[in-house]
Amino acid sequence: MGLYWSFLTVFVLLAITAPTALLFGFGGATAARSTVAPLRWFGKTYIAVVRGVPDIAFFLFFVIALDQAFEWVRHQALCPDWPDAIRQGNDFVVCDAAKLPLSTAPQWIHEIYGFFVAVLTFAIVFGAFAANVLFGAMNAVPKAQMETAVAYGMTRRQSFWRVMVPQMWVYALPGLSNLWMVLIKATPLLFLLGIEDIVYWARELGGTKTAKFTSYPHGDWRLWYFLFLLVFYLCFTKVSEIVLERIMKRLTRGQATLGGAQ
Amino acid sequence: MTCWDTIQAYGLRSIGIGERLLPREGFDLCQQFTLIGSGLIWNVYFGVLALIIGFVLANVVAMAKASNSAWLRKPAEWFILLFRGSPLFIQFFLAYFLLLRVKQSTGGVIDLTAATQGALIVLFLNTAAYSAEIFYGAFRSVPKGEVEAADAYGMTGWIKFKRVVWPTMMRLAWPAYTNEAIFLFHATTLVFFSGFPTWRQQGDALYYAQYFADKTFNPFVPYPILAFYFIILTLIIIQIFGAVNRRLNRHVPTERRQKLRIRPQIIR
Repeated sequence: MGLYWSFLTVFVLLAITAPTALLFGFGGATAARSTVAPLRWFGKTYIAVVRGVPDIAFFLFFVIALDQAFEWVRHQALCPDWPDAIRQGNDFVVCDAAKLPLSTAPQWIHEIYGFFVAVLTFAIVFGAFAANVLFGAMNAVPKAQMETAVAYGMTRRQSFWRVMVPQMWVYALPGLSNLWMVLIKATPLLFLLGIEDIVYWARELGGTKTAKFTSYPHGDWRLWYFLFLLVFYLCFTKVSEIVLERIMKRLTRGQATLGGAQ
Repeated sequence: MTCWDTIQAYGLRSIGIGERLLPREGFDLCQQFTLIGSGLIWNVYFGVLALIIGFVLANVVAMAKASNSAWLRKPAEWFILLFRGSPLFIQFFLAYFLLLRVKQSTGGVIDLTAATQGALIVLFLNTAAYSAEIFYGAFRSVPKGEVEAADAYGMTGWIKFKRVVWPTMMRLAWPAYTNEAIFLFHATTLVFFSGFPTWRQQGDALYYAQYFADKTFNPFVPYPILAFYFIILTLIIIQIFGAVNRRLNRHVPTERRQKLRIRPQIIR
């Protein structure tokens, strides 16, 4: 049963992460081209750091870092008169009320919380990639269009929302569809974040517990489970490719580009 | 234990030279820098070898995909789809169990289950598929005029490919190929997190970074160290590939040269 749920987990993760990452990316790209210097530095650093470091390192880092950040904030808010230091040598100790999730909470809360942290991690990492794509797309909108907007007396804000944002999607789509493929292919990394996803179940169900007292009626089937996963992902990416091709055709209709002319 | 002692004890720990046990206490900055840096040896090993062998296969596959014969084209297309369409993580797992099966059925004669061999094979095939797609795209955009000029000079077959088509193809593909190289090095961190077992705790940089993060429960030190190492590694790759790029473009007027641009979309 867990195996079927785990497929659902992957789809739910994709459904939540994709829009969230897009939102993060939009924020990052807007920050990177802001006129306020600190905001611009923040946006550029966010894009630069995430793409210079292996993504898996980020997945491992953010899961602990986010968890500790939440607990630290709650600790400051809930237990202001806690006498001991939080970081005692190699331990990270917060008061009981600040534990996330509370140690009295039922199991499903723990699972939801783990899933939530995973989604946030994915959104932060893929948000940086999306930010880079959108940043490029914003620059790709023809300069003349923006100049026309200014000539019509639009403010910066108006020309951004009414001229640039509606037009940038066509330029962003090839990059974003690429990103969607990468996001699909990154979902098995959920396994590393401690979520019981399809990789976890393929390992558990396929393997034999011990050589002697096996509770499974078969030998080592992990090879076949992973072969099935491979085919599953292949089909998934292939279908996405076809759908994205359709969307691209629709969006470029009537545009003065090679794609639109066809 | 001074820092120099630590470097002597753990500097080559990842390839089995030096102290046998990993540090159990202290976990000072020196230890973390040394061990994570020592793990980087494996990342370089996987990256460099896979890149070099993969380059050769990628050229073959790209040419096969561009061929007119369906017998060559179809297998090349399937090969590229298989490795580009599925997650590298799953490929590692599948390869491990496949090689385990091979080992069992041959009675241990063909034993490629060690990460140093098995993972290298997967990375090599994977980068060959990604690079083949890049080279194929570059092959398609070789200017017609150059090929016609070669025809006019009476060049045919291998000579024409060697002297005209291939150099131009490399020149056009190089910026994209640089990105592929960078992300191949990033992908090497996945090796010890997939099925491949770590032998005597001789892991790569991320393996040791995670070891420290687990022991100290403080991710804010080991992962930035890892990031620091990888940013340096990336800069070195950009330097080397930039030099090759300049050589490939040395006949092109300066203003028309292609700049190396780092695009992050192709992690796998």
